[in-house]
Amino acid sequence: MKMLFSFFAVIFLALLGFAGGKSTSLQFIFGVVIPYAAVATFILGVIYRVADWARSPVPFRIPTTCGQQESLPWIKQSKIENPSTSMGVWARMALEVLLFRSLFRNTKMELREGPKISYGSDKWLWLAGLAFHWSFLVILIRHLRFFSEGVPLVIGITESLDSFLQVGVPLFYLTDAVILAAVTFLFLRRVFIPQVKYISQAADYFPLFLIFGIAVSGVLMRYFLKVHIVGVKEMAMGLVTLHPVIPEGIGVIFYIHLFLISVLFMYIPFSKLMHLGGVFLSPTRNLANNSRIVRHINPWNYPVHVHTYDEYEDDFREKMKSAGIPVEKE
Amino acid sequence: MAKLPTPEELAKIDLNPPEKDWMDTPADIKPGMFCWGAKGKNLKILDFPNARDWSPAEEDWKLPKDWEGTVLEAFADKLSKYRSFKIFMDVCVRCGACADKCHFFIGSGDPKNMPVLRAELMRSVYRKYFTNSGKVLGKLAGARELDLAVLKEWWYYFYQCTECRRCSVFCPYGIDTAEITMMAREFFNLLGLNIDWIAGPVANCYMKGNHLGLEPHTIKSSIEFFLDDIETVTGIKIEPTFNRKGAEILFVTPSGDLFADPGTYTAMGYLMLFHELGLDYTWSTYASEGGNFGFFTSNEMAKRLNSKIYAEAKRLGVKWILGGECGHMWRVLNQYMDTWNGPADFMEVPTSPITGTRFENARSTKMVHITEFTADLIKHGKLKLDPSRNDHLKVTYHDSCNTARGMGLLEEPRYVLKSVCNNFYEMPDNTIREQTFCCGSGTGLNASENMELRMKGGLPRANAVKHVRDQHGVNMLANVCAIDRATLKAAMEYWVPDVSVCGTHELLANALVMKGEKERTQDLRLEPLPGKEVKE
Repeated sequence: MKMLFSFFAVIFLALLGFAGGKSTSLQFIFGVVIPYAAVATFILGVIYRVADWARSPVPFRIPTTCGQQESLPWIKQSKIENPSTSMGVWARMALEVLLFRSLFRNTKMELREGPKISYGSDKWLWLAGLAFHWSFLVILIRHLRFFSEGVPLVIGITESLDSFLQVGVPLFYLTDAVILAAVTFLFLRRVFIPQVKYISQAADYFPLFLIFGIAVSGVLMRYFLKVHIVGVKEMAMGLVTLHPVIPEGIGVIFYIHLFLISVLFMYIPFSKLMHLGGVFLSPTRNLANNSRIVRHINPWNYPVHVHTYDEYEDDFREKMKSAGIPVEKE
Repeated sequence: MAKLPTPEELAKIDLNPPEKDWMDTPADIKPGMFCWGAKGKNLKILDFPNARDWSPAEEDWKLPKDWEGTVLEAFADKLSKYRSFKIFMDVCVRCGACADKCHFFIGSGDPKNMPVLRAELMRSVYRKYFTNSGKVLGKLAGARELDLAVLKEWWYYFYQCTECRRCSVFCPYGIDTAEITMMAREFFNLLGLNIDWIAGPVANCYMKGNHLGLEPHTIKSSIEFFLDDIETVTGIKIEPTFNRKGAEILFVTPSGDLFADPGTYTAMGYLMLFHELGLDYTWSTYASEGGNFGFFTSNEMAKRLNSKIYAEAKRLGVKWILGGECGHMWRVLNQYMDTWNGPADFMEVPTSPITGTRFENARSTKMVHITEFTADLIKHGKLKLDPSRNDHLKVTYHDSCNTARGMGLLEEPRYVLKSVCNNFYEMPDNTIREQTFCCGSGTGLNASENMELRMKGGLPRANAVKHVRDQHGVNMLANVCAIDRATLKAAMEYWVPDVSVCGTHELLANALVMKGEKERTQDLRLEPLPGKEVKE
């Protein structure tokens, strides 16, 4: 049900894009208005969400420590997994964001008769996640060629690395295949692993279908249903230079692609896809475990009612005296 | 009280979730899986809201008027105060990496014990009241209204989380279910939905200084009782001091160690070590609790209890504080104490009077963990040790959740253990250090009425112990936690009956060769040492 809803939602969106590309009167809306709105929503939305998180303080220093603490000089500290300096935190965050360190730890529990429980290494989720996110990034960088005069070096290098197989005309990009495979894997595990299926929401299937749709429409456009590429470039340049134009005869598949991307951009700030921002702010990862070394300040720390020693002694003075325990007031 | 199923019965675990959507499956509150409701008198002592006697087993929970409003208001308040809470409500992608990392899920197969789903129990309500998509799309966006069934479901499952943080190790965003459970318990606290196994000790600790409610003279007499046993074993008479002003060091340890074995043997170990060193230290009857069950009710209550440690250190004029073996105690001391009740600028940077080592890693809180202190002593050769006295033991070490994942105290206890016993074996890698498994009874869930829950939660730990027992003949499970000493004893008796439980300083004291001691023939449990058995 949740899955079907998301599936049909994406089909519906693709049809909308199709309609927008077919009708010359709607092309301006789908080619200019919606992309602008999407970018604006994305930028403002992400800023709003991150600012909203940042508005809540971090009252306590609560890193999840995953290695030996800073201790006696002869005990080797795990400086990245249990950092006590900001250098260590930077390294920990870099590993987390770039290489998905925590997911790399993933294990799979097996329960056998006895009971006998064992834990095997399980790197598939890590591998698929990493492949997906890195492909996405590479594809994003490649697309910047549409929005720049000439081809900046970074983009050129990315393109040539991505097409190093040197097959096909136009050249086949490895990431196109990788992202489709990775998204498919991430989808299939939601369907076939019973526990993962049980926890999945519409909000988990929807982005998978959407990104799959974006990738498929892109692949179709590049390798199969040729679009008027000069027109696409002209349109992209028009958008970035704020002199939007709608060249004729680009091809409807382009409008589908563009519309799905617009939807994704608008969707990100309101969805779980904000994990791209949240990962940087997660207090269990981005803090040093140095709360015995430097006092961490809680901005809303307030005085509390305590049971003082004097009150305690009043309660027990006679018992203390007869037990020979020193007291303040005889 | 519910009858505890046999280990064979409990071992039949079905990890597959049911067909029906979890939102359409209300919690079935089963005997054996929950703790008794808090007594009104205990809540009254603490000025907690809605103080009355109540029972989770009954239909009517005697909730205050407009409890929904109270919860939602508190929800908004916590979102504005804790970035962790806000982010953890928002960023989960439900990848499921945490699912099989929870000891309660492994031991029960209940899908709502998967950390992701436990959190979703709360996120679904968050979406309904605090996100636009949830307000508009409702169930389609994974949102649902807060009603009595949801509250009961929360209560049932957030008292099936021990805040062990194992899920947080594996989460790609570091989402820590402990943070969410803490918030849930803050809400319960506002409605008077505490459990008595927590509220009772908290009330005791507030009024009497320790969870067990030991009054000052009783603390003294309990310790004197240990002194007699120590004299029997070593021939040495020890005279510790209480509430002594001008001592160099204040010693604070969980009161559980004064109460029941095997914790009592650990307490004897401390006494013997300090005596042997001639340490200028004192016990306190006012700050006579290292642990903090307040931490399992509300942040405010935790701070109220914790305040006694610094207050007492100041009153007695000590230079620094030494802390005993305990798990959650050290999460609190490491990550919360200084923030709540610091700065502790009236003390000095802790320095071992024996070795001169400055504990730079505690230079702000001024509180040192006893295994840091003891490891330093051993490294400097300040202790005469005879590890062969522990030769009848094959020892493994259980990392407490909190010292492992909320501190990183991993090598210090291992160094001590390896120095005081000859047979030491680690459990499998995925079950120790930062991946350690909870005893199954943390966060104040170590009652007796919820024994089925405890044994389910204790299964992953027990299973790893069983592995080293079968492989290496391990017969002793050492740890640095008073809760562990109480709870693992029960878990071992149930799952791995021939393994005993001990504190690290019990084994140290067995091996400690003291000046002027008589030839030892017994260990601290008054059992014969290897080779010293009385010949028939």
